[in-house]
Amino acid sequence: MNPFEYVAPSDLREASSLLGSRWGQTEVLAGGTDLVTSLKQGITKPKRLVSLKNIPELKRIQVKKNTVRIGAMVTLRDLAANATIQEEFPALVTAIDGIGSSQIINAGTVAGDLCQRPRCWYFRNGFGLLAEDNGDSLVRTGDNRYHAIFGNDGRALFVNASSLAPALIALQAEISIVGAAGREREINAGDLFQAPNNGEDREVALRANEIVSEIKLPRENMQNASYEVRHRHGLDWPYATASVALKIRSGIAREASVVLGHVAPTPWPAVAASNLLNGARVDASLAEAVGEAAARGAKPLSGNAYKVQMVKTAVKRALLAAANA
Amino acid sequence: MSTNHNSSDESGVSRRGFLKGMGVGTVSTGVLSNASLHEARAAEPGVKGPGDTAIVLKINGKNKQLNIEPRVTLLDALRNRLDLTGPKKVCDRGTCGACTVLVDGDPMYACSLLAVEAQGREITTVEGLGTPEKMNAVQEAFIDRDAQQCGFCTPGFVTACSAFVRDNPNASVDEVKNGLGGNLCRCGTYAGMVLAASDAAKEKGSA
Repeated sequence: MNPFEYVAPSDLREASSLLGSRWGQTEVLAGGTDLVTSLKQGITKPKRLVSLKNIPELKRIQVKKNTVRIGAMVTLRDLAANATIQEEFPALVTAIDGIGSSQIINAGTVAGDLCQRPRCWYFRNGFGLLAEDNGDSLVRTGDNRYHAIFGNDGRALFVNASSLAPALIALQAEISIVGAAGREREINAGDLFQAPNNGEDREVALRANEIVSEIKLPRENMQNASYEVRHRHGLDWPYATASVALKIRSGIAREASVVLGHVAPTPWPAVAASNLLNGARVDASLAEAVGEAAARGAKPLSGNAYKVQMVKTAVKRALLAAANA
Repeated sequence: MSTNHNSSDESGVSRRGFLKGMGVGTVSTGVLSNASLHEARAAEPGVKGPGDTAIVLKINGKNKQLNIEPRVTLLDALRNRLDLTGPKKVCDRGTCGACTVLVDGDPMYACSLLAVEAQGREITTVEGLGTPEKMNAVQEAFIDRDAQQCGFCTPGFVTACSAFVRDNPNASVDEVKNGLGGNLCRCGTYAGMVLAASDAAKEKGSA
């Protein structure tokens, strides 16, 4: 691991001012479950880490009348243990349980989950986020069993690794960001993610000196659930996941949103599936059809066509779980 | 200048050269690409490192003073500086659980936590859970059930398991398996460990 400076300010604005203006100079340290390993692997070689551990307001969960406001440094354990989250947002609790390691859930944070780097093995072994050699994709010609089946027309072929993002997007969460000079902005959860098309950008649409400060979750009485298809139940990342949020009035789905995880460089809103669901009567045959719609348009690489069926199943099961909740 | 105690080091950059550059400000562009970090550092006295910095860690109830670089993990600080070799270094990437310690009572991977970040928290290693003369319920159950083969993963399993049975007395077999999902045993002695955890959980539940 390269040497670096370390600073743990008690103020968010100060934290941002301590960050460099270009990616790679500095990194934000939250729970460290991904970053510390990335530092050892030389995936990032910052000159300074800015730790958020001394900023108290980032560790709060505030349950308001119309929203739940979740601080960036709330641990996954504390989020999953919160009574309102358990009652109203089972999609998030399932996603956290799926991580499969109490050690990660205890140390890992909400914003750290969102901003963790991809698990792509080419990236993790030093070939860069786009994993190219002289312009050729190592992923397309190599072992791509865990790579993208959607959104893979460009140069990015990794899958987004976040456990919470698909559920947060389905639940219409907003994310607060603090940047240089304390400038704040708020974005839809889905807009935090991007598929980079050059070697400079990251997979999060943040500037290098911006910090995710809070997640705002609307309390809209959405029925919701997540379903993960995974190889093992211990610590691992899933093959494919689906999160579904909707309202059901007299058996008819309204305001439905289906979002897939681990199938594209970003969390992947299944728009056709959501459209099919809206206004339809929710039953087992609809769930089947919504799963089919979610998988339509997939473009598997040479080794990951198996994920297409997993998408269908994950969507069907997540929808039925949400409808029965 | 102290010796480098971090065996994870794969740096090609001369540390002496880096520090010299930091101090004098004559560094070439390859090392520190803009001056803003220098300015920020002058304005912000809280910046530590990259050389040794003084920290205090509370481990097994006792305060320990250390001078370490910010890049040193809690695991390396425990093993290489404090002679607490119960937590094992196996994968060193937050996957196998052999390095598990309790932080404020909760299991975490010591390989994935920087020592500087562990300041102000109560660290418990397997050494702090019990001694050969006075074992805790989980340690005893692991012996009774012969729940190890090579034994290298055992301290991490015992530590994770101790927190699990404290929080989940009377846990079912499935709950035990799920609760210990952050630890791996390459000898595959899971059957014995599940029995040991169930024994210890029962003891806690009836206590």
